[in-house]
Amino acid sequence: MKVVLKDLTKIFPNKNKKIKEGVTAVDHFNFEIPDGKLVGLLGPSGCGKSTALNLICGLETPTEGRIFFGDTDVTDLPPENRGVGLVFQNYALYPHMTVRQNIMFPLENLKGDAKLSKEEMEERVQMAAKLVQIDTLMDRKPSEMSGGQQQRVAIARAIVKMPDVLLLDEPLSNLDARLRLQTREEIRRIQRETGITTVFVTHDQEEAMSISDLIVVMKAGRIHQIGKPQEVYDDPANLFVATFLGTPAINVFEGEVRDGKLLISGAEVMDVKGAPDGDVWVGIRPEGFIPDPDGPLTCHLNGVEVMGRDSSVVSTHPACSAVIRSIISTESVIDRNSETVSFSLKPFKVHLFDRQTEERVRFEQ
Amino acid sequence: MKKNNLKGWLYLLPAILFLGSFMVYPLIDVLVYSVEEGYNSASQTFFGYGLYNYSYVLHDPYFLQALKNTFILVIITVPLSTGFALLISLALNSTQKLKDFFQTVFFLPYVTNTLAVGLVFMILFKKTPYSEGLVNLLISWFGGRSVDFIDGPYWAKMFVLCFYTIWVVLPFKVLILTSALASVNKDYYNVAKLDATPRWRVFTRITLPMISPMIFYLVITGFIGAFKAYSDAVALFGTDLNSAGMNTIVGYVYDMLYGNSGGYPSYASAAALILFAVVLTITCINLMVSRDNVQY
Repeated sequence: MKVVLKDLTKIFPNKNKKIKEGVTAVDHFNFEIPDGKLVGLLGPSGCGKSTALNLICGLETPTEGRIFFGDTDVTDLPPENRGVGLVFQNYALYPHMTVRQNIMFPLENLKGDAKLSKEEMEERVQMAAKLVQIDTLMDRKPSEMSGGQQQRVAIARAIVKMPDVLLLDEPLSNLDARLRLQTREEIRRIQRETGITTVFVTHDQEEAMSISDLIVVMKAGRIHQIGKPQEVYDDPANLFVATFLGTPAINVFEGEVRDGKLLISGAEVMDVKGAPDGDVWVGIRPEGFIPDPDGPLTCHLNGVEVMGRDSSVVSTHPACSAVIRSIISTESVIDRNSETVSFSLKPFKVHLFDRQTEERVRFEQ
Repeated sequence: MKKNNLKGWLYLLPAILFLGSFMVYPLIDVLVYSVEEGYNSASQTFFGYGLYNYSYVLHDPYFLQALKNTFILVIITVPLSTGFALLISLALNSTQKLKDFFQTVFFLPYVTNTLAVGLVFMILFKKTPYSEGLVNLLISWFGGRSVDFIDGPYWAKMFVLCFYTIWVVLPFKVLILTSALASVNKDYYNVAKLDATPRWRVFTRITLPMISPMIFYLVITGFIGAFKAYSDAVALFGTDLNSAGMNTIVGYVYDMLYGNSGGYPSYASAAALILFAVVLTITCINLMVSRDNVQY
C-alpha cells in the first residue's frame, strides 16, 4: 500500500513554558512512498525522523497536513485501525513472555470477523517466526536472547498481523557492527519476501544507502532531498546532503568561479562551463582525486593509510578547514617522503554549492 | 593465603561485632529465656529447662485472643491495603492534572504521627456522654443505629483497627506502586496500543506482570508489618489491650515484660519466638508463591 504525506507538520509545545513558539519537529512534509518499497528516513539525530514515523503510525497527531494509506485518509484514525506494524528502537518485547507469547500477543487481540482459532494463530506465529528465522527459539524469554535475535522477534511481532505498512525505528542501532551488516540484509530480505511497504529511520547513511529503494534526507524537520540512494549520492541537492552522505565524507574547499574556471586558492583546477561567477563551496568526493604529478590541486601530504583494497591519502590544503581524505587505487604510486601531493580531479565527482545559500550550482561537464 | 584470610576477617570484624552483639546474641538470649522454666526476674533463678513456657503461652486465653486478633488484622488489611493502593496508583498514574497535589495528599498520613492519627480516629469513632462521634452521626443520618466503635462490640472495634491500619500503611504502598507504574517503559503501552489491546488486557497481561515484583515486595513486608502490629491498637484502645480484648501478639509480649501483669521474660520470649515462627512460615510461603508468579 502506498503512503502519501501531504503538508505534514508537527509542532511540539516548547518545554520552557515562557517561550510561546513551539518546536517544529516535522515541517511540511510532502512525499509519496510507492507500494511495496523500502524507504529510509535519513538524518542527523534530532531532525524529526522518529516524529515523522510516529505520525505515520498514529502515536502522534499531526499539527497540520494529512496522511493517506492508498486512497484512504488515515490522519484521524487511531493507530490500531491503521494496519501498521512498528518495531521500536529498543524492541519493546514483553520481558515476561516467551517468544511465542510475544508474537501471538497481537493476534489474541483480534476481534469479530478477524478473530482466529488457536490453530490459526499458532500457524501464523510459526509462519512469522520462520520468516525471521527464530522458529527454533520459541520458548525463550527475551532476556535469554542476543540483540539480533530480539530484533527478529520484534519484527515477527510487527508483521504477524500482516500490516499494510511496516515501520522500523532505528532498527540497527542497538546491534554491534557485524550483526548490523547481517541484520540489514535480513530486513531487506524480509521486506522483499513479504512485499510490505516499509519505512525505516536511521542516522547511519551507510545503512540507509545500502538497503533502501528510496532515501529521504532530512535535517531540522525539513526534507532536503528524496531519491534513489545512488542518485542522491551522485547528485546532491545542497551542501548538507553532500556532506551527510558518504564515508569518508566529501571534502569541502573554499573556491571561486571566474569565467567558467574553478579556482581554489587562486589556482585554476577545472573547467566549469555554465557556472555563474562568484564564491562557492567545492565538494570533492574522496574517489574524485587522481594522483597526478602535474595535477592542478597540490596539497600538503600527511600520510598514506593502506586499507588493502585501496589506499587513503590524508593531506591538508589551506582552502579546506578539515583534513582531506582521498581514496585512490593501490596501483598508483605516491611518494610517501614527499612533502606534497598533486591531484587532478574527476569532474563528475566535483559538486559546487553557492557560498551563501549552500544550494547546488550546476555546470556543464 | 593464610595472611589474607586473617586480613579478611579483620575487615569483617566491625560488622561481625555489631551484628553479633545486637542481633545474634539477643536472639540466642531470647531462645535461652524461652526454655528456662520458672524464671524469677528478681532473684534471676530458674528451676530447669523445658517447654513449659510455650505450653503456658499457648494455653493462655489472652495469648489466644491476641493471636486471633493479629491473624484477623493480617488477613483483612494486607490484601485490602495492597488492592486499594493499586487502585489509587492506577488512578494517579492516569491523570496528569493535579497529579503532584494528589500524590502529596496521599502521602500525608505517612509523615503523620501514629498517636496523633489515633486521636483523630478517636474523634471520628469514639462515643462520649457529650457526643456520638462523627461516624455515628453519619450512620444516624442514613437511618442506622449508632455503635460504640471504641468500647463497643468486638466486630466494631476490629473494624476500626483494620480501617486505621489500612489508612496508615496505604501511603507507603501508593508511593511504591506509583513509582513502579511510572517506571514501566511507555513503549510497551505504545506497542499494545498499535495492536489494539483492550485496556483490561493491557492491565492484566502487561502492567500487572511488570509491577509484580513490587506487589510481592509490598505483600511480604505488609504481612510482616501487620504481624508486628501494636502501636495502632494502643493509639485506638489505650495500653490495657487485654481488657479491651484487642491485644496483638507484640502487645502480649510487651505486657508480659513490662505491663501490669509483667515481669515474665520467659513467657514473653516464648510468645516472641512463636510470632517469629509464624512470620517465618508465612514469608517462606510468600516467597514460594512469588517464585512461581513473578516471572522476571
